[in-house]
Amino acid sequence: MQKRLLLDSQLLQITIQRLCQHLIENHNDFSSAVILGLQPRGVFLANRIQKVIQELEGCQVEVGYLDTTFHRDDFRRRDIPKKASETRVPFLIEGKDVILVDDVLFTGRSVRAAMDAMISFGRPKKVELLVLIDRLHTRQLPIEANYVGKQVNTLASQYVEVGLKEQNGDDSIWLMNIEAE
Amino acid sequence: MNQLIKNNLLGIKELSLEEIELIFETADNFKDVINRPIKKVPSLRDVTIANIFFENSTRTQLSFELAEKRLSADVINFSSSSSSVKKGETLLDTVNNILSMKVDMIVIRHSSPGAPHFLAKHVNSKIVNAGDGTHEHPTQALLDAYSIRERLGSIAGKKVVIVGDILHSRVALSNIFALQKLGAEVMVCGPATLLPKYISALGVKVELDIRKALNWCDAANILRIQLERQKRSYFPSLREYSLYYGVNKEMINALDKEIIILHPGPINRGVEITSSVADADNALILDQVENGVAIRMAVLYLLAGKLE
Repeated sequence: MQKRLLLDSQLLQITIQRLCQHLIENHNDFSSAVILGLQPRGVFLANRIQKVIQELEGCQVEVGYLDTTFHRDDFRRRDIPKKASETRVPFLIEGKDVILVDDVLFTGRSVRAAMDAMISFGRPKKVELLVLIDRLHTRQLPIEANYVGKQVNTLASQYVEVGLKEQNGDDSIWLMNIEAE
Repeated sequence: MNQLIKNNLLGIKELSLEEIELIFETADNFKDVINRPIKKVPSLRDVTIANIFFENSTRTQLSFELAEKRLSADVINFSSSSSSVKKGETLLDTVNNILSMKVDMIVIRHSSPGAPHFLAKHVNSKIVNAGDGTHEHPTQALLDAYSIRERLGSIAGKKVVIVGDILHSRVALSNIFALQKLGAEVMVCGPATLLPKYISALGVKVELDIRKALNWCDAANILRIQLERQKRSYFPSLREYSLYYGVNKEMINALDKEIIILHPGPINRGVEITSSVADADNALILDQVENGVAIRMAVLYLLAGKLE
């Protein structure tokens, strides 16, 4: 299997730092902003972003977890159903600026499902999207991210493998080719 | 495991431990959903479910209907008292007619044991058994076990006694299967006339003395006396039953430990259980009702995932 390294541990750290700077620029002290990480890996990123912002600005931004399983449009259309994870939104999002955080933006369908899931908790004032990897020209819905770690040109036959140390791995993000049999 | 092996939920007997655990994990998620400000998810918006009840029910039918609506399914309700069954239509014809209207799943309650199994063999749909005669009531057993697990942390190694009319109870049979699969020790307790003759062949302990039974257990599931199913007299009077087997505060206080109390409802206060026991903090009766919706959502969601 062919693969190409997109981000290693050091680059990932720099990227997250840059994304946090950008967030701080737009949201100051995060008094009216909250972060929702999308299960599973967006949650780890959201936690890291919270920690970096704490270090840089000394403010504690609220972080929730959002699981999109029950809101997906491909239920009954997948071979193997997705298993749901925990949703935890321990604060009000009504009137807040919500920053959705995910690892990879591909077709946009997860983000659509996430917005649907999010609306169950109230009506935010504004919703933004932060992704680590933006796969260009693969969107099936009119969805774009406000904050992008890295943009990559990919083929439909490729996929992005995200390794994070929270999942007992190393911090490394790869572009993989699915080999033709 | 991400999906059920079976295409129908006919009984606990046919379920594997892994399937029960999958249902519990999925129910955890749905319990969270039904405690949100907006208690709905759109998962089953393109699924139509018929609730076919050939026997009276309030709790189970409401619980199923609510579970279906919380999943955004379309729901039709059918009860035999107001239907063509009275005009002589067979079960299979009734169900096939309903399925012709493009219904995807069937929730059925019937007074004949095996009715859902019969349907599963003859129609191409997903069948959920909501109680078949004195045979099984799988979703009740799942929500009972789920409620015990929620309160006690786990079920493996716990001791559960089922008290009362075991002979006529589908709840008892499904509970025995579910609890044993989850690793609990099960005892049945009641007057000898209300215990099936060969019940110990299922690997359950049998106890005639309610005080000994309560002393032994971690959780007691108190069943209602099902007078409507009893074709002859099994005990002299309800008062006498209540005297010997009614669970009261004095019995609970005499124990040297705390036990939890379950009851599948409807309660006959003052017969099998007194109000002071039914309304105490260690009674899970209303938790059971809440968990029932989550469990039924999980079952319907997992089965719908197998629709073509």
